[in-house]
Order: sequence, then C-alpha cells, then structure tokens
Amino acid sequence: MKTIKSLFIALLIVALAPLNAQTADEIINNYFENTGGISNWEKLDGIKMEAEADAQGMIIPVHIFQTKDGKQLVKINLQGQEMTQVSFDGETLWTTNFMTMAAEKSDQESTDNMKKQMEDFPSPLLNYKEKGYTVEKLENETIEGTDTFKIMLTQSPLTVDGVEVANVTYFYFETENFVPIVTESKIQQGPMKGQMNKTTLSDYEEVNGLYFPFSMNMGGQGISIKKITLNPEISMDMFAFPEAAVITEEGK
Amino acid sequence: MKKIIYLLAILTLLPIVNYAQDISLKGKELFGGMQARHIGPALMSGRIIDVENHPTNPRIIYLGAAGGGVWKSSDSGTTFNPIFDEYAQSIGVVKLDPKNPDEIIWVGTGEIWTRNSVSIGDGLFKSTDGGSNWTKVGFENSERISSIAINPNNTDEMYVGILGALWSDSEDRGVYKSLDGGKTWDKILYVGPSTGAADVIMDPNNPSVLYTSMWEFRRSGWGFSSGGKTSALYKSIDSGKTWNKIHNGFPEGDLGRIAVAIAPSDNNILYSVLETGEKATNGLWKSSDAGKSWEHLNNDFGLTVRPFYFSRITIDPKNPDVVVKGGLNGSISRDGGKTFKSLGNMHSDIHDVVFDINNSDVLYSGTDGGMYRSWDGGTTFEIVENLPLSQFYHISVDNETPYNVYGGLQDNGSWYGPSSSPGGVNARDWNSVGYGDGFRVLKHPTKNIIYSEMQGADNVWRYDADKNRTRTVQPMKRKGDPDLRFNWNAPMAVSAHVPDRFFMGSQFLHKSDDMGESWDIISPDLTTNDPTKQDQSSSGGLSVDNSGAENHTTIFTIAESPLDENILWVGTDDGNVQVTKDGGKNWTNVTENLVGIPANTWVYHIEASVHGKGTAYAVFEGHSTGDMSPYSLKTTDYGQTWNNIITEDVHGFVRNIQEDYESENLLFLGTEFGLYVTIDGGKNWSKFENNMPATAVHFIELQKQTNDLVMGTHGRGVIIIDDISPLRELTQEVLAQDVHFFKNKPFTMLEDSGFSGSFGAETQFVGQSKSRAARIVYYLKKRHTFGKMKMEVQDMEGNKITNLSPEKSKGINVINWDFNKNIPKMAQGKTLSYGGFTSPRVTAGNYKIVLTKGKKTYEQIIEVEYDKNSITTLTERKEQEALTETLFNMVEDLAFMVYEINETMDKAQEIIKDDPKGKKKAQQAYDALNTLLKELVVTTGDSYVASAEPELREKMGDLYSNIASTYDKVSGSNRDNFELISEEFDTAKSKYQVIQNKDVKKFNSYLEKSGKELTKLKSKQEFLEK
Repeated sequence: MKTIKSLFIALLIVALAPLNAQTADEIINNYFENTGGISNWEKLDGIKMEAEADAQGMIIPVHIFQTKDGKQLVKINLQGQEMTQVSFDGETLWTTNFMTMAAEKSDQESTDNMKKQMEDFPSPLLNYKEKGYTVEKLENETIEGTDTFKIMLTQSPLTVDGVEVANVTYFYFETENFVPIVTESKIQQGPMKGQMNKTTLSDYEEVNGLYFPFSMNMGGQGISIKKITLNPEISMDMFAFPEAAVITEEGK
Repeated sequence: MKKIIYLLAILTLLPIVNYAQDISLKGKELFGGMQARHIGPALMSGRIIDVENHPTNPRIIYLGAAGGGVWKSSDSGTTFNPIFDEYAQSIGVVKLDPKNPDEIIWVGTGEIWTRNSVSIGDGLFKSTDGGSNWTKVGFENSERISSIAINPNNTDEMYVGILGALWSDSEDRGVYKSLDGGKTWDKILYVGPSTGAADVIMDPNNPSVLYTSMWEFRRSGWGFSSGGKTSALYKSIDSGKTWNKIHNGFPEGDLGRIAVAIAPSDNNILYSVLETGEKATNGLWKSSDAGKSWEHLNNDFGLTVRPFYFSRITIDPKNPDVVVKGGLNGSISRDGGKTFKSLGNMHSDIHDVVFDINNSDVLYSGTDGGMYRSWDGGTTFEIVENLPLSQFYHISVDNETPYNVYGGLQDNGSWYGPSSSPGGVNARDWNSVGYGDGFRVLKHPTKNIIYSEMQGADNVWRYDADKNRTRTVQPMKRKGDPDLRFNWNAPMAVSAHVPDRFFMGSQFLHKSDDMGESWDIISPDLTTNDPTKQDQSSSGGLSVDNSGAENHTTIFTIAESPLDENILWVGTDDGNVQVTKDGGKNWTNVTENLVGIPANTWVYHIEASVHGKGTAYAVFEGHSTGDMSPYSLKTTDYGQTWNNIITEDVHGFVRNIQEDYESENLLFLGTEFGLYVTIDGGKNWSKFENNMPATAVHFIELQKQTNDLVMGTHGRGVIIIDDISPLRELTQEVLAQDVHFFKNKPFTMLEDSGFSGSFGAETQFVGQSKSRAARIVYYLKKRHTFGKMKMEVQDMEGNKITNLSPEKSKGINVINWDFNKNIPKMAQGKTLSYGGFTSPRVTAGNYKIVLTKGKKTYEQIIEVEYDKNSITTLTERKEQEALTETLFNMVEDLAFMVYEINETMDKAQEIIKDDPKGKKKAQQAYDALNTLLKELVVTTGDSYVASAEPELREKMGDLYSNIASTYDKVSGSNRDNFELISEEFDTAKSKYQVIQNKDVKKFNSYLEKSGKELTKLKSKQEFLEK
C-alpha cells in the first residue's frame, strides 16, 4: 500500500510539474523550506565546520568558522601546526604567510570586496532582496548528469585591479529535490582569470533540523565535512589580525 | 474525480510500461564526468574573423574565430578565454551593446571570409551576463552574419546584416532591423537570393544614417564567383526606411565585394574598397562628403588582393587619415589613403585590425595564424600565445608511448606532437613536417618515416625523422597519362598489411610499394569525370582566384580493409563509392546502391571495418551544394546494400565516422557542430559536450593501445577523450544497476623523471596531459546528493590505504588514484618539514576500490604493476620499499616522541605558572625536555631563507622523501646517511629515556602526590590515526 501511495504521489508530481513552471523565487523558497525552513535558517547565528581536505595521500584538517555578522575564518593543520589560512573580522582580511608563518593583511581591494559580502551568511540567497541582490532563472541544464534549475544571483559589483566587475554566481538546483548541487562563479583574477570556478555539493545531511552538504569539490579538490556545529561558541579574538604576535616574532 | 480515475488508470499501467522500456540516456546524462582534454597546439593558432573593442575599457578585447568560437581578453589581449563553446564555432561578427557593454554581447555566427574551407553558422546569439549564458535570437538559416549595428542612444534599435548562404540561394539575406532589442525583426533591405549584406555600418554621430554594401557571390564545389549587377553600396538617412545607391564616381558595370568604413572622428569621411575587375577602378575609394561623391585613390596589390578573403577597412578612431586595410600582409596609410605600406611582420592573411580605444599606437590584428598585438603603431607585432584555434583538416596517430598526433592545418603547415607531455603539452613539443596548407600526415607503420603533403599534392614529403632528411614523393604524370587531378586536400593512406605500401588518390588510385619511390595506377578514373566541373582557370568571378582550392572530380578518401589487403574502398568528391576486392584489378561502382544520398554528394570518409570484410561505413556531405543534412550509411556486403545510421539526434553535416575495434555498436561521428556517439549501432546518437566545444570535427582516430578517441577539429586543435572502453560495456543490464565499475587493464606505475620547465606558461596555452594515475571508472544510475558516499583504496585484506574523493554524477564517473599511500605523520616543529609531504607508493599487486554509498558497499579489484621500463631490479626495488617503510615508521616514531615531549612540557609550564610548590621539578623536567627537543625539531626561524639549521626531523624527513620518491636502488650514500640518522635517533631515544627516568619521573610523582592530574597522553595508535 505504501508503495502505491508513494507512486501515486510521484505520479501527481510528474503530472503537475509541467503546469507549474518554477520561478526563481519558488525554487529558492523550496530549497530553504526543504532544508529546514526559512525561519530556522534565519535564526542561525554562526557555524563551525570541521573538515578534511583530501589530496591523494595528504589529509589536511580544516576548521571553518562563519558568523551571521560576516566574520569568517579558515584554519588548517599542517604537521601539527595550526595556521589561519584566511580570516576576516569584519574589518580586516588576513592570511598566514607559509614561509614565515606570520600573519599578513590582504590588499585593500580584496578586503573591500569581502566587506560587500558580509550579509551572505548562511547563504546569499536567503532574503536576497533585502540585501539588494537580484536573481534570474535561466534555462534548465543537465549538470552532473542530472536535470537542474539554473539560477543566476547578482550581488553588488566587486572591484578587481581597479575596475568594477559584476559579481555573479550561478546555482544549479537538482530539480528532483531543490538542493544546489553545483555553484559557479567567474574567476576574476590570477592565472585562471575568466574561467569558471565550479564547486560541486553532495552528501547532504541534517544537523539540528538544517541540511548541509557534507562533501564539496572545488576545482578538483575534495573537502569532506566531519562535523558541523550550529551556533557554536566562538571567541571573537580568533578573527582579529594578530598585530601583537607579529611584533613579538620580530622582537625575537 | 475524473482526474483521479485517469491517474489511477495510468498508475496501473505504469510499472508494466517502465519494465518494458529500455534505459536510454542521452548526452550529459550518459557521459557524466567523462571529460575531453585539449592539447592545442596554439603555437600557430588559427584564423580570426572579427576583433571587437570594449567601448570604454581598453583591457577588454573580444575575438571571433573561423572555427574556434568567441574569446574574451580582460588583460589587453595578453591572454584570452573561450566564452561560446556550446554553439556554432564559426563566427561572423561580435558586437557589444554600447550602453551596457559589460553584460550584453551579440554574436553573429558564420564566417564571412568565404574561402573554400569555411564552416557555417546557425544564427544570432545574445548574452545578457557578459558571455556566461547565451540565447539564440533567430536567423537560424542565415548561415553567415556579417554585421551588427546598434543605436548608441537607444540600444533597442539595432540592425543586422545577413551575408547568407555561400553555396546556394537564400531569401534570408539582407538587412534586418529590430526596435525591441532583437525580439522582432523587419527585413529592410533585400536585393535578391544571391546577394547578401557584406557591411552594415552606422554613422557614430547620427544613428539614423546607415551604409550597407551588398555583395553578389556564390561558391560551388568546383568554383567561386564574386560579382554581379546587384553588388552595390547603399545609404539610408531615415533609419533604414529608404535606401539609395551612392555610386557617384564609381565605375559602371558589375561590382564584387565592397568594403565600407566611416571615420569615427569625422563622419563626412568614408573609405570604400571596390572589387571591379579593372585595374583602373579597383581598390580604395574615398568620399569626403558622406558618400555624395567618390574619388579613386589606390589600387595597390595590398588593397585589391582576394576581396572575398580581405575586405575590412579600419580607421584610426582619432585620425581620419590613418587607414588600415586587411590583406595578404595588411596595409596602413597615414596620408588619408593616398599611399600605403605593409603592416609589420606577422602571419599572413590579415582579416581584421582594431586600434586601442585610447592609444592609437596599440593595434590588434586577426590573421590566418591567430591574433597579434602591436605597441608601436603597426610596425612590430607579437602573437597571442594562448589561442588553440588550430584548424586541422586531418589527423592520425602512431603507437608510441605516449602516442603522437599528426596532422595538417589550414595555411599553417603539417605537424606532429605528443598526446601527453610532462608539465602539459607545450608549444615547444610540436614539430613541423611540412609547409603551406597542411592536410594528411601519416606515420609509416614500422619505420620512423612520416608522410606529409601540401595543397593539391603539389608536394608530398617523405620525412625521415631519425636522419632529418626529406624527399618529395608525389605521384607524377607519366607518358600517356591524362592530367592528374588532385583534390586540394589530397587523400593518402598507408597499408596496415604491407608497411612500405603507400596510396594516393588523384582521379586514379596510385599505389607504391616502396614508400613513394615509384608509383602504379591501380584503377580507372573512379570519379564522374564531369568536364563541366573541371575548369578552374576562370574561378573567382571579377577577381580570378585559381589557387587549386576548387579542383573537383577527384578522389577524396581511401580505405584499405584492416582484414584484407586486397579490399580497397574509394570515395570521390563528386559522389562515387567504389570498391575492389582484388587489390585494384577490378572495381565495382556501388554508388547506385546508396540510400537517401542525393546524387554527387561528396563522399567525405569511408571507414573499412574490423568487424567484417564486407563491412564499411561511409559519410557524405553536401554542404557545397547548400545541403547541410547529416548522412551516414553502413554496408556489410561490400556496398551491395546500405543502411542509414543517422537519426534526428544529429545536428550538422557529417565529415567523419570512427568505429570501435571491439564493439560493433559503438561509433563516433564527427559533425560540423561537434562529436556524437552511439552505443547502439546508430539507433540513438548522443552529443558529447563535456569540455567538447561545438566545433567542426574533421577527423577522428581511435588509438589502439590506449582506446583514446583523438579528434582533429577545424578550429580548436586536437581534442582527446581518454580511454573510451567503458562505453563498450554500456548494456541495458549495466544501465539498470545502481553502481557499476567498468573493467580496467592493469595500471602501470610510471617512473619517468617528470622534469618539465613551465617557462612561458603564464601566457602560453599548455595542453592538458593524460593522467598517469590509475583511472577508476564507474557508472551511477542516479546522481548522489543525500547521505554519505565515500571511496577508499584498500589492500586485499581490507586495510585502508588511502581515501579518494569520488565523483557523484549520474552516468559515467572517472576518478584517479596516483598509487600513493597516506603521508607519514610528522613531528611538530616551528617550521614545515617538506620531506614529510612525500607519499610512498604502493607495491605492485591487487587492490580494492571500495565505494560506500549509504549502507551499501561496492567493490572493484584493480591490478597495479611496476614500470616495465624501470632501471631497477626487483631485489633492489624490494630493498627500496623496505627502507621506505622503515623510514616511514621512524618518522612517525619521532613524531610520537615529540608529541609526548610537547605535551609534558605544556603540563610542566602549567605547573610553573600556577603552582609555586611544583615549580622547581616542573622547570627541571621542562628544561631537560626542551634541550632535547631542540635537537629533534627546528624551533626557530622560518620556512624560507631565514630557516634554522636542520635538526633530526628535517634530516630524517629528507632521507625518507629521497628514498620514497626515487624508484631506484638504494644508493651507498643513502645507506650511509640512514646509518647516521638511525644512530642519531637511537641517541635521542636514549636521552629521552634518561630524562623520562629522572626529571619526568620526579615531575610525575610530584603531580601524583599533590593530587594533580598527570599529563594526558594519547596512545601511539590514537596519535597516528588518520
């Protein structure tokens, strides 16, 4: 009986789908509702992700912190040494120089671009209109071998090498379940400039009522997430540029 | 209620219907994560049609290629990226919206420089997001779009010039206008079905003023005609409502192609280049009164040569007296068109030139050999090095490891280069083996001899690659022979049965059994020998253009049966299919047996099958009569009967077919718009689009040892799909499984040095090399999105070797494993020990690939073998492996020791800080451990030039890395060094033991006595867990 019921529902969906061409808002809405509900996503204040980057024999532990007010931090562990790969405290974007292991500030343009994305947590699509972003639904595409809705998100323009450039991200939502399985954005600088930065998302799992992808692949680099903590206790000092530390180092 | 009954009725049927239905996956659903790779080359690049500036940002330049799509540069032409890969790659014009140039881009497809080998377009496209996504706006049958003009004040008002069909009449030609940004169009100027719009331009200061040149032209398979009564130059002053000829001063009589340009800095000044057929009137004309009257200025060769190929005038945006004209070398005038000199050295055949918007010293030039930049006003040009737009007519492969790819290019000679190279396939990897236009290049099956040719078999070269010696060996006319007619792209073939045997086709089949030293004619004239298609002396129309490119009634394809040296197939450009079963004594013309092929349709390729002596495939294409339909037939009885194997899935005419050597149902089709694959003998075709642009695929080879599909494209160089053997296994049973691992051959762990210099790679194209890793291929019925899916390598006892990051696409997935185990856990220091990032390789043998998806587990066993070209004996190798393991364990032992020391020191520090009573013992323990630690790991400095002297960790790590990554015997020096490090480590261990027994022991007993928690330490196993 159960099988017949689910078949019946499946059939209804198949029969109704062509009539209900999905708008961008419906797709985005479905995504947030299917993955925990918009109000729950809105309530999220921060997140800690404990992950591993797997690079053919080399397993690098990665910790990622993000907060609602736009702070971000990625910490990695190499040969027992913890180092902040990138951090942003809302004002300063900084990284660790691998040669000296000392903190260095990023260029002002990158910092300014980061500031423009401070409202993107947990997703730039959440209440995108209030953030002043726009979305557009494009033609469906087959990606990862599967049918997807394609949504173009346009955020405030970025400045790259002194020139303003559009800040556009494409989201591909699997039509069957409305979760994004691929995102793409144009690489704006460096040797890959002009090509697409593609991230695939999979292994969605529930964490306290919200669904997150536990596996990501960015340009061939796989990252698997071991644990996600919602609203973790985070010391805000962690995000700050360690001015003192540098002075001490130099003083040695 | 009715609805529910209806649904229930369907429901009862559903399972039965589903059960009976075959699983038919198309395109990306089937190919999943299988990707093509591009190896270029870009060193000679390919033909550029149109170059377009951004109106305000000088860093941004676009180009449209003849067969390579649209490319964008954001760095003032230093490098380019493709932005139009999914659509027709033959481009006529690229135009940016004047108001919103960052987002709105227009592309008119179909090349407008109408040489014999041009491809076709299929409409007008628009992007509203800077080229990431495209929509076809219309003009599906336009074939060639020459011009787009947009009103800068109201960008919804725009004009499109359709040059139209090259080989047939077309009513799509003319000038069209839209007032709603391209949604709807009105035809506002039409002259006739053989006369198209060559240039449509707008007065930059007055958008209601337009100029249009109309051109009467036609090509056939055997000739070209430019010119007629309807070629004319028109002007409209009312936004295209009415048009008037502006010929005041022009000669009477027929005109050919007309170029027109307006000076951006003075809209009264126009330049026009006329094709009149008369020296006195040919060439450059100028008007200083906005077209009211014209004055003839110049008829230099540079201005009049080949108008169908060169008809672009560019005027310096700041100075109306500086004029550039495309041509064989390109010409520039600085006196308002009175006199010209050639542009600086670059590849010949200049099709378009633009000036930088701010600095007229900077020019960009599109040629037959790619894109060039000049920084000194056109005197010196440098080539853009990352445009792999090479236009192959034909390719072949050899059996080397890695195999080489051979081929000839439009106006860019003949070449061969490796399919894979350390650091990627670079420009310097390619070798020149012929001049002029290159076509077929074939490797002798057993000797290091390469055959190549230039247009019309004017020269056929036999190149001895070892001795670097060349001979010309083309068949020549003998006493009593009629004139030989060779195609522009003359067919050659080598025998698989008799290595020195070499075939060439004129109207006859020529055979040589001594590598071209002497030739026999082994057939009668196999063509229709229609004399009406054989006079090319007056081809060209107003400007005679008898280059040999239009030679017709010739043999175009030769196929020797791989099963029988006496079975030979020949196809001709005028539609004949001929076969002999006795090595050429008797020929059967089987043309009449063809089904569904219009008479005289070009036989582009015949593929003699390995699956039966009488089996062959033939592809036909009629584009030179305006017939763009795909045709492909199969015979199994020597051409007595034929079956159509094309379906509606295929878009674009067909130039090539390649069969699989194992599965008769697996076929690959090269069309004008890309690659198609069938896994069911032609019942269904799927377009392969994973990193495969919609470029014209002129020739396909399947390399036998690797099963790599190698494509020669006419605009995007050589494109390879590595190992297509999984496609052989795609049966209904396989497609129905949730997960299926495809079979693999044993994988070899190569031991090449891998040296490669990456010099120049910043701005040069570098082709992707084949992965040297184990290639694990599997099929997923559904894309994996929810829940866990993991993959790991295990030994046959189930011990984990390493993790892999699996692809999760529906369809075919490919994942590489580089034979590495996990890296050792390194002791913590102040800096990084780079030796510790070396992964040891596994030993040869069998391994399990274990895929876990939800609760289910799927396994595949793979075999890994040592490099047969290794310089190491097995005994030596076993010593290397054993020492690697010893050092690996030593490195981890040290890591654990350092961990214990660090933890104890932390604890000691805690006591020193908070507990005055225990401070002394804690300090003693801390100091003793710290002294030892400084000998074990680096505790100061940085990881670059301020680094400290290496300590034990660094020295041990370096030796480990040295042994683990050298697939060679352990050297005496290695052994000596190992002895030293072992001793040092033993000494360190003894010292640690002493400290533990004394200082640490005292410290611990203090902790115990005072009821404090002891140092918390993980067990070694816990510590090492990865």
